[in-house]
Amino acid sequence: MTQAHLGHAHAKGEPHTFEFSPGAIDKDDPLHGELMNLNMGPQHPATHGVLRIKVVLDGETMKYVEPVVGYLHRGKEKTCETLGWRKFFVHTDRLDYLQPLMNNCSYAMALESLAQMSVPQRGQQIRVLLMELSRIMAHLIYLGTTAIDLGAITMFFFTFSEREKIYTLLDAYTGHRMNNTYVRIGGVYADLDERVAREVRKWCEQFPAKIDEFEQMLTGNRIWYDRNRDIGVLTKEQCMSWSLTGPNLRASGYEWDLRKNRPYSGYENYQFEIPIGAKGDCYDRYAVRIEEMRQSVRILMQVLDALEKTQGGEFLAHDRRYVLPPKEAVRNSMEEMIHQFKIVTDMALPKGEAYHAVESSKGELGFYVVSDGTSHPVRCHIRAPGLMNVQAIPVLMHDRLFSDTVSIIGSLDFVMGEVDR
Amino acid sequence: MSTLERIQAGLNGITFKVVSSREGTTTIEIAIGDAKETIRRLRDACGFETNTFVTAVDRQPKTPRFELAWQFLSYKHNDYVRVHAAVEASHPHAPTITDLFAGTAYSERECFDMFGIVFDGHVGLKRLLMPEDYDHFPLRKDFPHQGIEPDRLYREWDRRRRERQPLAEESES
Repeated sequence: MTQAHLGHAHAKGEPHTFEFSPGAIDKDDPLHGELMNLNMGPQHPATHGVLRIKVVLDGETMKYVEPVVGYLHRGKEKTCETLGWRKFFVHTDRLDYLQPLMNNCSYAMALESLAQMSVPQRGQQIRVLLMELSRIMAHLIYLGTTAIDLGAITMFFFTFSEREKIYTLLDAYTGHRMNNTYVRIGGVYADLDERVAREVRKWCEQFPAKIDEFEQMLTGNRIWYDRNRDIGVLTKEQCMSWSLTGPNLRASGYEWDLRKNRPYSGYENYQFEIPIGAKGDCYDRYAVRIEEMRQSVRILMQVLDALEKTQGGEFLAHDRRYVLPPKEAVRNSMEEMIHQFKIVTDMALPKGEAYHAVESSKGELGFYVVSDGTSHPVRCHIRAPGLMNVQAIPVLMHDRLFSDTVSIIGSLDFVMGEVDR
Repeated sequence: MSTLERIQAGLNGITFKVVSSREGTTTIEIAIGDAKETIRRLRDACGFETNTFVTAVDRQPKTPRFELAWQFLSYKHNDYVRVHAAVEASHPHAPTITDLFAGTAYSERECFDMFGIVFDGHVGLKRLLMPEDYDHFPLRKDFPHQGIEPDRLYREWDRRRRERQPLAEESES
């Protein structure tokens, strides 16, 4: 059974085999030898988290691959039902911990569509700024870790020193380097300081040169090219059937980006391009992510210009059912005190259900929330793009050499915090 | 042609109820017996190419207790549709749609893992996130957040390990 055959069977809509069948082994193959069971992970640097991959090897060819997830399961959905709408915000940071603010934004938008409230313009602009910084952060991790797994150690230091600068910027704005929890229902917690905006602009101006530097190291590099080109080829149809979204879908040549096709937070006001790939292999996924970082910088510059115009504007909605009043007002007004007390103890959201998705660095990150009109959700389902990316592993690795696992896992790009919730 | 009109045309002959959603996604409610046919028609006649998620909601103490939710996305028409179907607690079974949308394999496994809903016809339906010998379904409302005997499995695994290991080796360590 070859890769092409699997792809074909799959395009017709048949599920691929979940159980290992010895019939799949070609006994006449001169390279056929003794079968070996191998466990990769859950403690393995190249699996990018606690992912375990069960492999049946025939010589060096993988005949059966099964990812085992759940080692990082912390029951986030149950926690949301127990803690209530408001207190779950801190937990969303721990889903995809490489881009906490993106998760915050997605969750906040789901709650806003449930409450049917709008966010002031400046609040939206700050959110776009945070989301694009998060996207770059996540792509830098992808680039650094994938490169170090394939032997390009320098890349890891290059990308992590850039990531460190973004951490410093976020530290200046939110007061935390990681797990920021700075987005609230109705906007963001605090206004973006002019000085921080200037620092972000300074960073944006120097970053494209750094991307060129990354590309000098990898694009056209013989080793990088050979390890990634024609490895892990995904077609458009496969991506759609396997629910793969984000850069993985775009690398396969389908132009779909929630920021463009279903704009939220005012993305329709910014000029940017959607990079797409031609072949859908690991190399295209790399190229798409590199270009996405450039486009993110482009959006960031436009956001910074827009933020200058809305300086001093509202960044948090005034809806006292869901938004905490400012501390000063609480101290001086009885009504605001009551509002604060009501929100902190029992912030009820209207009855009904809602889904909102954002284009995260890994694909469509959505929250499906169901409310019965109380402060505690009936259900909060996290639509994690990472889980869908993991699903592609068995198909992509089947009949490939074992050393390709590293390129494929790296290029699919998932974070176990999000996959296992 | 709006999303609802397209669905009405595609689902001709199947009874469904349109329910409201807060964010405006077209949401329909169907009987669980019609689920497979409905979803097949949504894919073939209405142009929904990809599955966004499969999940369930525990509506205890209401009956029927569970509500399954599928959401599909059409790239061509740029819209979502959400499909609901009620599942009885006494017979928690639903048809699998892995043969229509291969990407639902893990979502259905997760749903089985968390709610105990069995997807008939799913090849390799087993727990996804919890250990395979776990007894409970954590996202059901009657499961407490702190867990039921959270250390039971650790003790069980420990017992098995001791059985495997000879005593002399045990005392050395």
